[in-house]
Formats: sequence, C-alpha cells, structure tokens
Amino acid sequence: MSVLNSNIPEGPIKDKWTNHKNNINVVNPANKRLIDVIVVGTGLAGGSAAASLAEMGYNVKAFCYQDSPRRAHSIAAQGGINAAKNYQNDGDSVYRLFYDTVKGGDYRAREANVYRLAEVSANIIDQCVAQGVPFARDYGGLLDNRSFGGVLVSRTFYAKGQTGQQLLLGAYSAMNRQINKGKIKMYNRHEMMDLVKVNGEARGIIARNLVTGEIERHSAHAVVLCTGGYGNVFFLSTNAMGSNVSAAWKAHKRGAFFANPCYTQIHPTCIPRSGEDQAKLTLMSESLRNDGRIWVPGKLEDAQAIREGKLKPTQIKEEDRDYYLERRYPAFGNLVPRDVASRAAKERCDAGFGVNQTGEAVYLDFASAIERYGKTEANIKGLDANDSKLVNELGTKVVEAKYGNLFQMYEKIADENPYKTPMKIYPAVHYTMGGIWVDYNLMTTVPGCYAAGEANFSEHGANRLGASALMQGLADGYFVLPYTIGNFLAKDIRTGEIPTDTEEFDQAEKEVKERLDFFINNKGSKSVDHFHKRLGKVMWNKVGMSRNEQGLKEAVDEIKQIREEFWKDVKVPGVSHGLNPELEKAGRVADFLELGELFAKDALHRNESCGGHFREESVEVGGEQDGEALRDDVNFRYVAAWEYKGEPSDAVLHKEQLEFNDIELKQRSYK
Amino acid sequence: MNLTLKVWRQLNAKEAGKVETYNVKDISPDSSFLEMLDILNEQLINSDIEPVAFDHDCREGICGMCSLYINGEAHGPDRKVTTCQLHMRMFKDGDTITIEPFRSAGFPVVKDLVVDRSAFDRIQQAGGYVSVNTSGNTQDANAIPIPKADADKAFDAATCIGCGACVATCKNGSAMLFVSAKVSQFSLLPQGQVEKDRRVLNMVDQMDSEGFGNCTNTGACEVECPKGISLDNIARMNRDFLSASILSKDK
Ligand SMILES: Cc1cc2nc3c(=O)[nH]c(=O)nc-3n(C[C@H](O)[C@H](O)[C@H](O)COP(=O)(O)OP(=O)(O)OC[C@H]3O[C@@H](n4cnc5c(N)ncnc54)[C@H](O)[C@@H]3O)c2cc1C
Ligand code: SF4
Ligand code: FES
Repeated sequence: MSVLNSNIPEGPIKDKWTNHKNNINVVNPANKRLIDVIVVGTGLAGGSAAASLAEMGYNVKAFCYQDSPRRAHSIAAQGGINAAKNYQNDGDSVYRLFYDTVKGGDYRAREANVYRLAEVSANIIDQCVAQGVPFARDYGGLLDNRSFGGVLVSRTFYAKGQTGQQLLLGAYSAMNRQINKGKIKMYNRHEMMDLVKVNGEARGIIARNLVTGEIERHSAHAVVLCTGGYGNVFFLSTNAMGSNVSAAWKAHKRGAFFANPCYTQIHPTCIPRSGEDQAKLTLMSESLRNDGRIWVPGKLEDAQAIREGKLKPTQIKEEDRDYYLERRYPAFGNLVPRDVASRAAKERCDAGFGVNQTGEAVYLDFASAIERYGKTEANIKGLDANDSKLVNELGTKVVEAKYGNLFQMYEKIADENPYKTPMKIYPAVHYTMGGIWVDYNLMTTVPGCYAAGEANFSEHGANRLGASALMQGLADGYFVLPYTIGNFLAKDIRTGEIPTDTEEFDQAEKEVKERLDFFINNKGSKSVDHFHKRLGKVMWNKVGMSRNEQGLKEAVDEIKQIREEFWKDVKVPGVSHGLNPELEKAGRVADFLELGELFAKDALHRNESCGGHFREESVEVGGEQDGEALRDDVNFRYVAAWEYKGEPSDAVLHKEQLEFNDIELKQRSYK
Repeated sequence: MNLTLKVWRQLNAKEAGKVETYNVKDISPDSSFLEMLDILNEQLINSDIEPVAFDHDCREGICGMCSLYINGEAHGPDRKVTTCQLHMRMFKDGDTITIEPFRSAGFPVVKDLVVDRSAFDRIQQAGGYVSVNTSGNTQDANAIPIPKADADKAFDAATCIGCGACVATCKNGSAMLFVSAKVSQFSLLPQGQVEKDRRVLNMVDQMDSEGFGNCTNTGACEVECPKGISLDNIARMNRDFLSASILSKDK
C-alpha cells in the first residue's frame, strides 16, 4: 500500500465535488475569527485564496516578495483562460473540457481533480465579470472567445494579450477590499525562508523582511503555499526573475512530497535567445497560433541563405515553404498542443532548417491572416477586395486589434516589424506541471500545509493545455481551498493563537540565520549567477526538450558537482541586515541546485515518453504515429511523489496509481 | 558599445546618496537596459563592490516593478516601454547615461535605485474594487451585455501597470493618471456603478493624504506612461469627483 492517500471522494465523477462539499467539516462563521491562515504568494492562486478566506472570516496573513501583491508573475499571462461556458454554441461542455485536459496532459493527471476544475470553470468567468474584469467583447456586447492548442472548440476568454494582468488585478482588488477591512494583513517584500511544524502540523513560517533584512516569525493554524512554478531552474525561462522553488522546496524538506518534478512545459512560441548575457526569455502567446502559420524553408540551401542574411523569408515562394505542423498534423495543424509543437520545431532545426544565426528559430507568419481578414473587412465595408494595398491595411488593423501589444513587444525586442516579416520563434521553458504533491483537498503530505496554483503538481498531468493555468489558479483559490481548508481547521476552533516563542520556531529561525550568515561570510570567487547559468546549461542540454538515459545520468553528476562548487566558492557581497538582492538570489539558486538533481533523477526513472517528458528511448516505430512519443501505461501510470531524505540522490519514490474510470486511455493523436 | 554610467547610490532611506561613475564595455545593442545593468553588477561583484540595487521582476513590461529615471526621463528615452523593455540600441557607443531612482515625495528611496511605491497600494485599498464576494454565485457573465466601445475603454484604463512613471515625471508629483485609470475602469462598467461616488471620493482622499501633488494639466504623465494611459481618464475622474462631491449620498 502506498503511504499516499489522495482522499478522492466516493461516487460518480459528476457528483464527487458536490458530495464532498456536503460532507466535509466546516468552521462556523463566529469561529473563523479565531483562526489564522498564512497564504504565501499573491498570484492568481494566492490572491484569490487570501481574498476568499478573509471574506469567509479567517484572519489572513499574505506574503509576497515583490513590492506589491499586484506584481506576482500571473500578471504576465497573455493569452487567456478556459471555461466551459459554451457561449459559442460549438458543443463545449464540462465533460469536454475535462476530457481535453486529461488527454492534453497525456493521461497523467488525476481524473477527479480535473473534473472538478472543469465543473467550477464557468463560475470563474461569472466571478471575474462581477469584479469588473474587462474581458474582450463582441459588437453585441457579449463575451468573446478564442481557441487554444489541443482542442476543437472556442472556450478561451481573454483580455487582449493581457489576460493574466486583468485577472490578477481582479484578485488584487478583492484582496484590497479585505486589506481595507483589516481581514488580510499584507506583507510585501517578504520572502518565506522556512516552514515551521509543530507536532507534525504546519503552524507557521519564518520570513525575511527584504528591506530591513529582519528575520520574522509568523504563526497560523494552516499555511497555504501559492508560490508559483520553478522554471527558473533552467536559468533562462519565461518566468519572472524572482520566480523560485524555495518556498516549495522548504516545505519539501519539512516533509511535503514533491511530485513529478520532471514534467516541464517547453513553450513553442518564444522569442529566440540572442546572446550570452540574456537574462530571460519572452513568450509570444499561444493565441498567436490561431492566426499565425508556422514554417521553415523546405530546402536546406534556402535555410542556409537565410542564416547568412542572403535571403529574406518574404522572398521564399509558397511552394518552397514547409508548413510542418500543417503537414504532420492535418487535423490540428498549427493548434497542436505545446509539447508536440515544440518537439516539431526542434526536429526541423536539428535537421538544419533553422532560420536565425544560431539555427534555432522557425517562422510564425501572419501574412495569410492579414490577407484573409483584410478581404473580409473590404467586403463588409463594400470596398475593393482585390486592392492588395487596401486589403493589407485593413487586415493589419484587425491583427493589431487582436494582438497589438504582443506585436509591439516583439518589435521592441527583436527590432523587426512582424506585420511585414514573419516573427522568429523558438521553444523555451515556460511552466512546470510538477510541484508539491497534494490530495483532493489540496493538502500536502504535511498536515495543515496546502499548495495551490502552479506550485502544486495539480491537474495538468505531463503537459498543460494553454489557458488552463489561470483557470486552475483561480479555481483553487476562489472555489476549492475555501471549502477544503475547513476540513482541517474545524478541529482548531479552541486551539487559540499559535505561540511563536517555542522551540520549533527557535530552531527554524536559527537554521535560516545560519544559512544567511554562511553566504555573507563565504567570500568565494564566483557570483551566484555564474552557478545558476551553469546549472541552466546542464538542464537545457540534458534535461530539456528531449532526454535520454546517458544524458540524464551525466546531468545528475554534473549538477551535484556544480552544487558542491557553489557551496565552496559562491560570493555574496553586502550584508544580511538590509536590502540585498544577491543574497536573495543565493538562497534561491541553492535550492534550484537541489531540485535540479531530483528533477533529473525523476526524468531518468520515468522510462517512457509522456507529454512534455520525451525520452528518446520511448518512441513509436512504424505506422502513422512513427516517431511520436510512446507512453507506457503498464509501468508508469502513476504520479511519482518523492520524499526528502537528505541528498536528492537519497529521495524515496512513492507512487500514486492513477485510475481512469471515465476516460479511456488512448494514444494521444492530433493527426 | 562602451558606456559611462552615472548611477545614484544610496545605502538606505536614512543615509544621503551620491552619484558614482562606472564604465561598462562591449555591450550588445540587442541587450536590454536591465541586462546592461546585470553586466555592470557582475563586474562590480567581481571587483568587490556592492552591486547596484534596482527593482525588476517580469522583464516583459507588465509587472510594473522596474522603474529608473534615465537621462532625465522615466523609463528612458524610448516611448511606450518600461525600462525592462528598453534596448541598448536606443543609445550610442561612447554615451554617458545618468541613472536615478523615480523621485517624488510619495516614493521614498529604499536603496540605490529602489523606491517605496506602497502609497499606490494604499490608494487602491481605499476603494479600487467592486464589493462582491468571491462565492461564484454571481449572475451569468453574459447577463449584462456591455457595449464593446465601453468595454474597450475600460480595458485600456485597466492596463495601467502601477509603475509610477507618471508621478516621477510630473513636476508636481501628482498621481492623478494612476488613480484616474482605476476610477475610470470601474466608472465605465455597469458593475462599478453602485459604488462609483464612494470610490472616487475615498481614492482621491487617500491620494491627497499620501503627499502626492496637484494636477495642473501639463500632460507630461501621458507622454511618459509606458502603457499609453490617456489624459481622458483624468478628465473623467474630475467629472466623477465633482458630481460625487456635490450630489453624493456617500459624502
Ligand atoms: C509569460 C507567461 C504567460 C502565460 N500565459 C498564460 C495564459 O495565457 N493562460 C494560462 O492559463 N496560463 C498562462 N501562463 C501560466 C500562468 O500564468 C501561471 O502558471 C500562473 O499564473 C501561476 O499562478 P500562481 O498564482 O500559481 O503563481 P504566481 O503568479 O507565479 O505567484 C507566485 C507568488 O508567490 C510569491 N512567492 C514566490 N516565492 C515566494 C517566497 N519564497 N516567499 C514569499 N513569496 C513568494 C510571489 O511573490 C508571487 O506573489 C503563463 C505564464 C507565463 C510565464
Ligand atoms: S498611469 Fe502609466 S505611468 Fe502611471 S502608473 Fe499607470 S502605467 Fe505607470
Ligand atoms: S520588470 Fe516587470 S515591467 Fe519591467
């Protein structure tokens, strides 16, 4: 028997969530005032959780490392949020959203959780509109939708290219209302340094005030971690500079199992890297694949001429272009899921068809869309649809209205006008499906410690479909946690405030201080970034888009080596009492250096290809699916949850078998 | 590119600050401004000088965390971009670049180029929301159609990233553009109507108590705003404020 109990409620999948809500313990409103909850993180998950818990009456303390809760990285989400509203009347339903998400995740997510997510998705949109979130609308004044990869319906709600910003500002406004009422106490520029357990339960955190450097003790009856994803283990990613694994990793060290660390999403449409000093990568929203067509030259000599600057993409004739996604996947075309699109881009570039100097870029071309929209507009306005200049002008306007801010962002970075010449794009690390293991109630293996949003291992299995992370974050925070946390807290109505002058807090604080002092006093010879970049290189080359046994074994050793050097030779200038960004980075990179090894170890043990995890040893041979990823449902149909035992190499594997009763396990075909 | 940087250094809010001069070499014109500062910092660390503290996070122009007053302009010489989106191709080899924090009575310096913009949060807390519980039991999202033109305008106002460039640019240190963007977003939407008067009165009140200056309609804020927030919002807020001050039951 596994030590993991996912606590999935009994009954048919349609009724599980309703039954569960009817049966779990609740805390009565008067007693909620006696209970404190810490929420670490104020992105979509944390912001919505903090606001909802405070509304219900709990005393909430919320933490973020930025100078304002509004700056959590959810702000950067561009494309949209899914919900099974079926406003477009194209046959969408809760079941279809559930099905698409499980299939999109390559059958490595927990059915019951995904169904619940689909079930509450429609409420999210209602809620956000009521808060004044200005979603895009059509001329009839109703909400507009777009489609995203891996699905055949239009269910994505959006606010131009700033959907995450608008949703986060919605959650932030809900928080502000509670801050104003005194129900949330907000701690900006505070970093969680450790989780504190008392009698085996999560009862507080140690935090560092990033401005004064003071180490603070905060107690509560439960701790909710909404600290986002760990894509920055690759150094370069689309995550914010401060995105980290540290909060999750501290919980892991205190007993929270870490699930599927190797499931990473490499997003197909990012701006290619330009040089060694680059600090981060920029996403171009997947929504662009609604209208952009992806291609590389069909002839090697053309690709070479382009790389040498002798040929322009617009000079390549239609018949000499290889629209490889449309060719390989006629049913889904440019809208195949991200993992499939990314691997296909890598395959073309590895074969020598890449279109920038480094050979690591493909085109995303809007010329056909501009022409198509231009013609429609000309017809609507009764103008000459054969006037190509006019059509181009009209079409450009339509594309600008849809994606203006993304095109502007591209132009500023790449110094090229994407209305006139195709964008260059390449895959980049974007999202981590893996994370802290949680049960159906979103509780980790540490009682009283919850995890929500990207920080948990969640509903996306081995690959996340576009527009579903925002959905999950808000579902967790607005609609799931507020119910499920009561189940744990019901016993605490008489506990009283948790004291912080206890041995547990003393000990945790001491360890935190020792580590900070170590960094300041180490006086090594190399900066934190030096080690982070080296780690990133190993991760990208050996634990990136395609993985094999030998590379992974090397990665494990190399990361261990870098970690040893880091602890000997890292140099952190300045002092610990005061603002010190280098000290903050040092702590985060130290944790990435441990996570990275576990990540590689997890990838090594999973000898199958599934979703974003592609093992070169496990591919289809022959037939229609030749070369596609080959899943192994007999041996690997489980969640890999790792228990901390000291060194990452000593981590112990626990398996949560995944049962599929409502969806048939199939080869995931997008042909 | 080789550049001379004149950078404001200040240990903390209490100590006085001063300008230090540094040189950086071989900067690629394709680097972003913050990547150039990363290179400077790496260089400082290697020569045992404490690196320059500056705020940043998303590096995509959306979180509003980065700031900097570059050669006398908030977010530097380019238009409609934040500092993190500013590229070195906007400068020339051999240039001297002055880098200061956003300065304003409402934004005290924390360290070097980092300032405290929490006054913005407090203004939002005073009323920048619709009082609706997050129960999910609201009416269907399509129950109230909203004319596209209004929805679009509300969206445009809502794209403010809270960076504070408007304040830093204004000779009076006024926060009107920032505050009016939020007030306008709700003022343009049916969901914002019920609390319209209260909201504008409370937010303006908080703004005044944070020490931001008065608006004298010079319009510098609109020019420097990286998100193109329009002065129309200030006009709308003034109308709302006037009508709320005269007519409101919520006074
Ligand atoms: C560029 C980009 C575009 C995206 N576009 C989409 C999209 O269109 N649709 C979609 O569905 N998804 C999208 N995603 C994914 C989605 O945005 C994220 O998965 C989601 O927003 C994560 O939300 P979160 O609340 O879990 O975490 P975050 O928003 O990352 O918030 C993390 C919070 O934790 C805090 N924190 C972290 N560590 C600590 C610590 N140690 N101490 C204290 N506080 C800490 C931070 O301050 C922050 O408040 C996109 C992601 C990126 C990067
Ligand atoms: S109005 Fe413009 S300049 Fe002012 S805070 Fe908002 S985005 Fe920044
Ligand atoms: S770093 Fe986020 S806007 Fe510049």
